[in-house]
Amino acid sequence: MNLAQTRIGQIVTVAHVAGEGSFRRRLMELGLVPGTRVEVIGVAPLGDPLELLVRGSSLSIRRAEAEGVSVSLGEAASAERVPGTAGRAEGNSALAARGLARSAP
Amino acid sequence: MTQQQLPSVSAPRAAAAQGSAETPLVLLVGNPNTGKTTLFNRLTGQNARIGNYPGITVERRSGDLTLDADGAQRTVCVVDVPGAYSLSARSAEEQIALSAVLGWAENPRPDLCIVVVDAGQLARNLYLVTQLLELDVQVLLALNMIDEVRDNPPNVSELSRFLGVPCVATDARHGTGLSELKRAIGAALALPPRTALRIAYPSALESDLERVAAALPSEWSESKARSRALALWALTSIEVDDELQGIDPALRARCLSVRAQADARDIDQEVIAARYALIDAELPKLYPRLEAHPKKRKTSERVDRVLLHPVFGFAIFIGLMLLMFQSLFSWSDPAIRLIEFCTSACANFVEAHVPESIVRDLVTRGVIGGVGNVVVFLPQILLLFFCIGILEDSGYMARVAFLMDRIMKALGLHGRAFVPMLSGFACAVPAILATRTMERQRDRLLTMLVVPLMTCSARLPVYTLIIGALFPPSRLFGWLPVQGLLMIAMYLFSTFITLIAAGVLGRTAVKGRRIPLILELPPYRLPSLTGTLSMMWRRAAMFLKEAGSGILVFTILLWALLSFPRPAQLDQPSAPAIAIHQQGTLDPAQQAHAPAPQPSPIEQSYGGRLGKAIEPVLRPLGFDWKIGVGLIGAFAAREVFVSTLGLVYGIGDADENTTPLRDKIRQEQAADGSPAYSPLMGLSLMVFFALSCQCVSTLMVVHRETRSIRWPLFMFGYMTTLAYVASLLVYQGGRLLGF
Repeated sequence: MNLAQTRIGQIVTVAHVAGEGSFRRRLMELGLVPGTRVEVIGVAPLGDPLELLVRGSSLSIRRAEAEGVSVSLGEAASAERVPGTAGRAEGNSALAARGLARSAP
Repeated sequence: MTQQQLPSVSAPRAAAAQGSAETPLVLLVGNPNTGKTTLFNRLTGQNARIGNYPGITVERRSGDLTLDADGAQRTVCVVDVPGAYSLSARSAEEQIALSAVLGWAENPRPDLCIVVVDAGQLARNLYLVTQLLELDVQVLLALNMIDEVRDNPPNVSELSRFLGVPCVATDARHGTGLSELKRAIGAALALPPRTALRIAYPSALESDLERVAAALPSEWSESKARSRALALWALTSIEVDDELQGIDPALRARCLSVRAQADARDIDQEVIAARYALIDAELPKLYPRLEAHPKKRKTSERVDRVLLHPVFGFAIFIGLMLLMFQSLFSWSDPAIRLIEFCTSACANFVEAHVPESIVRDLVTRGVIGGVGNVVVFLPQILLLFFCIGILEDSGYMARVAFLMDRIMKALGLHGRAFVPMLSGFACAVPAILATRTMERQRDRLLTMLVVPLMTCSARLPVYTLIIGALFPPSRLFGWLPVQGLLMIAMYLFSTFITLIAAGVLGRTAVKGRRIPLILELPPYRLPSLTGTLSMMWRRAAMFLKEAGSGILVFTILLWALLSFPRPAQLDQPSAPAIAIHQQGTLDPAQQAHAPAPQPSPIEQSYGGRLGKAIEPVLRPLGFDWKIGVGLIGAFAAREVFVSTLGLVYGIGDADENTTPLRDKIRQEQAADGSPAYSPLMGLSLMVFFALSCQCVSTLMVVHRETRSIRWPLFMFGYMTTLAYVASLLVYQGGRLLGF
């Protein structure tokens, strides 16, 4: 299913983000990466755009673009479960434990 | 909006060196809606300087901050960088953030970047922070709006440890944490260079980065860390059809080929997901408890249940917009009248004390009238920006865009274009200034180009005169007043044409790629009055400084056009009073003046001759040379048409309700003795006024806002053509139908 098919109040997890290059990148930069919990907060009275809650912040996109975001119902237990982010998350959290990884300039 | 290859994007080193030696340069960067501007105002007080970023119409605000370091005073320069969610960019205006941070493209090199984050939205805000940390620039984090997260405050020292940069909790709105922030600025300026953050990206991406880094121009690779960070930036910014400026062709080619060879790999996702993974892993340590749905948001959502309700929401929205429009349209009137009164009092004073001469006329009619013509815009500008300030600050402006986006989208416009468009019904000048609330150049330009088609208040006196003179006060079906109906029809007509023009221009002249909407509905907050007042003041000052002189010069030129050459003998004022709204406040004796002997002085002026010269062009529209002269005079401001036409008929200080002028228009005869002005010609004239760009001030403001000659000329061209064709269709079509 995709984000545009989600009912108000439903909590879903992002599986994949599709869309035009720079717009898709901006969506992901605003936190909509695979594995992220998203809640559909509301729809504008005229039916478009949608209001989403992503990482504790509000984000509104139009229905046409929301159709490009495929989601699965429910909340993933943690980001590590999602393929593609797993190894990285572990690698970086290990680094984070020592403060941020540093490289000599 | 084409791609420009600037010769070099690197900073002038001299400027950078001077920056560190004299006054250190401190940037304020951060996401939109983090209170960055409030913090800037708090730090710099009332001494903000406003300029533009090099090569682009984006406001650059800077100000001085005095630090008390061990008893010694030290001044630093603070610059407010436009809000950005990320450093990656696809357009020149998004590129500003990176250029400012690195001191590129004629920007001075900063000594410190204060990144302002919303303490309640750390997860999203930290994304930009990771990008800044990957660059080897000096960073200080201001954890702003700390007052809003009292129930679940982030751990400042843990955050500082995680990021490896100093962090200070602030509340810019109430002024909390400012002295700590100032101390931290002083301390951070003395810190040794920071080592850059190195995120572990997938190994395939690491080798891509090396290939891109090898193609970076030498100014971009000052250090290993910087070339890695810039390779990342280039790889996630450069596209086949981006609108970035100053990108080296070799780098562009390399990025595109690396992307093409990535096959099934998703480079954007690899980069962004790795950064978020780093943030996600740390977040549980930063907050006492991790909330997926913070309390502040829930409160906002409860308010939204009313304000975005299909029925109540729209009712409140319409009410608020009517209130704003009413204030622009009517409440500004006393102030406008006062300005006009002062203008004519000044003119009268000079006339009473200076003997009749050409210099006196220049001063009273040209200069004083011209200054009045500029100042008269201030009440509406101040009121509109007061409303905009309150709407923006409270968070309601984003809701306006949210509510109206569905409609505005159909026109190819952004939801944020609604408020400027609505203001266009009062006056195009403040409306064009209000387009600054839109982020994208394309949206701003498109809105600017269509706003002058809305029926502004200056067209009303013209319509009133024409309707009053040429249309009988009869009733349709016995009860519908024809005159009132015509007025409403003119409003509907102009709105309809504006919407069509937006649709057409958005697909032709102002192409630029349409970027899908991304909107943030920030939590509702109490608007800050001081912030709003200082913004009103800045806008007004900028209008006077940037557009004022141009409007003044053109007003004087128009005065001269309609005053020279002067007739040998003069027994009455020879020139049109150019000040807006002739309310008959001048010498009452002039009102009683008998019609001047023919021909009137204005007829002999260059303007009058020009009116006669263009008569053949205007004939097909039903206009004669007298209307032509009125049209020329109307360039100063549309309502000047009325007083100019009055002067053509030898009636001093006519206004739209002056009976002699209406009678003159009615009695005017063509060569064959039939009435020269028919209702059909009146309709044609009103259509012409509805569509033409008879306003020097609008053109001057568009010139200043677009920093180009091309766009105001284009606007004048398309509007005049539209007006001519539409009037021609009305007049000739009406004649064919036998009117």
